[in-house]
Amino acid sequence: MTTAVRLLIGTRKGVWFLDGDEGRADWRVEGPLFLGHIINHLVADPRDPKVLMAASSTGHLGPTIQRSTDGGKTWSEASRPPAFEPGEPHGRSVHHTFWIEPGHPSEPGVWWAGASPPSLFRSADNGDTWASVKGLNEHPKAMDWFPPMDGGTPDGPMIAGIVIDPRDARHMYLATPMAGVLETTDQGQSWAPLNQNVRCDYLPDPYPEIGQDTHQLAFSPTNPDRLWQQNHCGIYRLDRPAERWDRVGDAMPREVGDIGFSIIPHPRCDQTAWVFPMDGTEVWPRVSPGGRPAAYRTRDGGATWERQDNGFPREQGWFTVKRQAMCGDGRDPMGLYLGTTSGEVWASADEGESWRQIAAHLPEIYSVVVAP
Amino acid sequence: MTQVLIPSQLTSYTDGATRVAANGTTVGAVLDDLDRRFPGLKFRVVDEQDRVRRHMRLFIGQAETRDVTTAIGPADELLIFGALSGG
Repeated sequence: MTTAVRLLIGTRKGVWFLDGDEGRADWRVEGPLFLGHIINHLVADPRDPKVLMAASSTGHLGPTIQRSTDGGKTWSEASRPPAFEPGEPHGRSVHHTFWIEPGHPSEPGVWWAGASPPSLFRSADNGDTWASVKGLNEHPKAMDWFPPMDGGTPDGPMIAGIVIDPRDARHMYLATPMAGVLETTDQGQSWAPLNQNVRCDYLPDPYPEIGQDTHQLAFSPTNPDRLWQQNHCGIYRLDRPAERWDRVGDAMPREVGDIGFSIIPHPRCDQTAWVFPMDGTEVWPRVSPGGRPAAYRTRDGGATWERQDNGFPREQGWFTVKRQAMCGDGRDPMGLYLGTTSGEVWASADEGESWRQIAAHLPEIYSVVVAP
Repeated sequence: MTQVLIPSQLTSYTDGATRVAANGTTVGAVLDDLDRRFPGLKFRVVDEQDRVRRHMRLFIGQAETRDVTTAIGPADELLIFGALSGG
């Protein structure tokens, strides 16, 4: 079988690869690598697809970054993983790296890492050495934006996503669980909240400047000014340069709600995006509402949403799909993939119209990424 | 030289060796010496603020320490363990 699509699977117990054929019908599982290691994110470099980067830790050992420059055949560890400065005034140390982002196309070798506690690091040598981004980590408001906190899911607060404007390497956004969306226009030297009209059900002021919990942030590739946000409190859209988010999730069916972790814009249509709702009622079960898994797609910018559940269990399907565990392959028609905490991988080769399980019995899945 | 017991979690750094020797007059200095020979090992055990990681345990003989400034001598044995830390 000739591999046409490769999925990079990061799990609580290591790395697996899923290789699909041209029709995305036949899939082969390969692995594990790093058996027993916690892999929060495994990413390939679109600028040089042979370069892979994995955010790794274990139950015992401190966090590190594993790197491959030959497509995953051989690996080496970062000689200086993401870490705060020794003696930094708040006594912080990196618990784990959560998100890895290849840098702007104009900056080969540059990578960004978002960590827990919430902090940002940059590498200019393809992930071998990492430096603290002081503009965020030592920001005068850093401890207001990210007050010390134990616990939380998963394993404490973190930088939950890094988004780089494809038109401007200096323009970036962060998705954070305690300060919502933060924006920089000088590549991280200064930051400002971007949270107008994003709700916080859990604070006395439901629309504060900060405090929002952004689960995932993405832009439409054909229109990078169009931002999509899956928040702890709803699905939002923002068309820059405006600063006021619109809760497009209000159009979701009330019995399903608009809570979830992932949001996937269509690669060629800025009106289209997918979400995978989670139950956010009462004690926040964070499983498929009613035990009936479904993706929802909008094709009109969020004005309406259509249910896509063909192939998923019709009942007793209690999927939890975490932040990095849903993605698209950019092909035409768009393939969609998601991984569950129960170790199943589901795929659609027809833009969500039908789904089927392509792997099972893997460990708890943290991330599913399509190799470029 | 101080004898150091290496737990299974770290033998990928020591080419499989479970017992190595290292120089240093404090626990931290011994770990620094190990890190020079086995790059990356120390950071998996001690964080950037010199705190022993939550699920790692260090003993000098029978005595546990979580302080990397603890003195250690060439006749001592430093034992590194991965603590019990769930599934």
